[in-house]
Amino acid sequence: MVAPMTAQPPLIRTAAPHTHNPAPVNPPKILVRDINVFYGAKQALFDVTLDIPGKAVTAFIGPSGCGKSTFLRCINRMNDTIPGCRVDGRIEMDGENVNDSHIDPVVLRAKVGMVFQKPNPFPKSIFENVAYGPRIHGIASSKSDLEGIVEASLKKAGLWTEVSDRLHQPGTGLSGGQQQRLVIARAIAVSPEVILMDEPCSALDPIATAKIEELIDELRQQYCIVIVTHSMAQAARVSQRTAFFHMGKLIETGSTEEIFTNPRESRTQDYITGRIG
Amino acid sequence: MTVLIALALLAAFSAGVYLLGRRRAVVLADGKSASLHSLPGYHGTWVALWAGVPAALIVILFAIFGGRLEDAALRAQVPAAVAALDAERQEVFWSDAGAMSRGQTPSEIGYVGDLKTALDAKAAEGRRIAAIGLIAVLGLSGVLALCGVLLAYPRLSKDFRARNRVEGWTNVLLIACSTIAVMTTLGILLSLVWESYRFFQSVPPADFLLGTAWDPQIAMRSDQVAAEGAFGAVPLFAGTFLIMLIAMAVAAPIGLYSAIYLSEYAGPGLRATIKPLLEILAGVPTVVYGFFAALTVGPTFRAFFNWVGGFLVGGPMDSLGQYLETVQNQMALTAGVVMGIMLIPFVSSLSDDIINAVPQTLRDGSYAMGATKSETVKRVILPAALPGVVGALMLAVSRAIGETMIVTMAAGLQAKLTANPLDTVTTVTVQIVTLLTGDQEFDSPKTLAAFGLGLTLFTVTLALNIVALGIVRKYREQYD
Repeated sequence: MVAPMTAQPPLIRTAAPHTHNPAPVNPPKILVRDINVFYGAKQALFDVTLDIPGKAVTAFIGPSGCGKSTFLRCINRMNDTIPGCRVDGRIEMDGENVNDSHIDPVVLRAKVGMVFQKPNPFPKSIFENVAYGPRIHGIASSKSDLEGIVEASLKKAGLWTEVSDRLHQPGTGLSGGQQQRLVIARAIAVSPEVILMDEPCSALDPIATAKIEELIDELRQQYCIVIVTHSMAQAARVSQRTAFFHMGKLIETGSTEEIFTNPRESRTQDYITGRIG
Repeated sequence: MTVLIALALLAAFSAGVYLLGRRRAVVLADGKSASLHSLPGYHGTWVALWAGVPAALIVILFAIFGGRLEDAALRAQVPAAVAALDAERQEVFWSDAGAMSRGQTPSEIGYVGDLKTALDAKAAEGRRIAAIGLIAVLGLSGVLALCGVLLAYPRLSKDFRARNRVEGWTNVLLIACSTIAVMTTLGILLSLVWESYRFFQSVPPADFLLGTAWDPQIAMRSDQVAAEGAFGAVPLFAGTFLIMLIAMAVAAPIGLYSAIYLSEYAGPGLRATIKPLLEILAGVPTVVYGFFAALTVGPTFRAFFNWVGGFLVGGPMDSLGQYLETVQNQMALTAGVVMGIMLIPFVSSLSDDIINAVPQTLRDGSYAMGATKSETVKRVILPAALPGVVGALMLAVSRAIGETMIVTMAAGLQAKLTANPLDTVTTVTVQIVTLLTGDQEFDSPKTLAAFGLGLTLFTVTLALNIVALGIVRKYREQYD
């Protein structure tokens, strides 16, 4: 009934250069074992087990409400801030369980940066936005040190040339795409090891989206990046690994090329070809 | 009474007309109400409005202005015996004649001879005028009601746009209500300005606004031997300011911190319990706060300061100790602290709303950077909410300035120019109360001073409110 998949062209063309030159699978940075999440009595995630490689981009795809954002928020324990939310299971980062009682979520979140769906710069100046993390964690030893960190972070986020002459103007005055890059600069200012991105481009226009995607591709040289996206094309363009979630379960995970050209599960294929969602 | 009965009759009449109009519409529709432009109810309402509203307006206008018209008619002819009296006695005569015509007893009974005859005649005339006026108005309103029906009813037809016309009436009603509200405010303001103008004719504004002596007890009668009163309001402004400062020193931190606790730290269950409890504080009448201040807080403070003074007497701070031993119940501190307690729910409730309006994404952003709750509050939420919080505090300040009862009962009446919170001070509002309570004549500078103070108070609170609302509005735009 189902024709052999190997003969078919890719369902979605993966245009990023890495598809021609697949990155070697790096040793896993994050090991996820049997994660179950409950909001009150309602279970949102069921036995999620997954390895997330370092220095690569892992994309989570799946229909709305499938639990991918919930799972993302487990990694930096942001679910702690939601009343009534309970997380069971192990998430090991560099061999340590982040859900362990002796782990301080505040310290963990300094190692795991996060970028949200809607750009959320603080109502402060551009400089103060980026300096926020270094200030609260006491990273900069002097004023010039702090200025250096801010400049380096803005440069890494590709925003420096656009804002270098107005660092002390409010961050909320930037365009949506610039705000999102400012927020990325804010996240990398504390030198995190992992960056979580929750649909970072869903509020942006295509040009701003392209810039963010370019940035993500550069950042993966240094960071372990996990991105939740609703755009299959985006997942195909920016990620090396893809995980497909459906109804709170992790259905399939593998290299992005494999998932998009030759999924093992029929549900994955149905989703990426638009039959469910 | 007659007016109320007339209005009730009109209402009943309109209700009948409504049914009539409605039935007419149903008949016109011939059973298919969809063929009408407007539902039958609108036809009924429109006819009923024409029947009731103009007639009711006449009756209400008569109730408001009728008495004055009757009075003018009564005075049109002045009997010779009355004309011979002086102006003040004439006034008494007319008010007595009016009272008798309404069946009340006159204030003076010393009418004899011609005057007595004139009084009886005028009383009878007054009764006649009142009866004619009443009959005329009732007749007129009846005719208007009938005319309304006769003119409106025949216009009903299938295509008649009763719906739109009722909409027009609704519009007029709403405009009338808001006009009444605005005109009342304007009226209060104008009367304040006018009476203040009269006050400033006898006391120069510069003396009032810059003078440091407040002693409004001037001679009640011109033949009395007494010094001129002094109307320098600076001690009152200073007292008001001192008490406001103490009140805000209590209300701002406690109110703000409880708002932060409620919106950021408390769980939903706790919040649902504490917030209503705090708001009960806002429902306590200020007079209750007043006697709480005067009977509980004041004596406690006095006992405390006297006790501290007892330790200091004889020591290196002997003079301070002796002063503390003489501290009395009534002091600015008591009034300020209790007023601050009164303002806590006001500040906390407003600040809580403002803090809750800070988008969740900002909190998430800060937590995701590894900030703790208090760092997030201090560095992100408060700066974001600051304009709104300042607005809330300024509204609280304008309430503190306008508060009367607590200060009257707890801070004393003596106008002193002092910054000492343990001394008695007085405020603008308290002085207005003392100037106007009891039997007063309303043309001496003493009572008119109240209007001067009222105008000053009004200006200051209005300015504060405008600034505060401006700040709050600006803040709102930030997130919309």
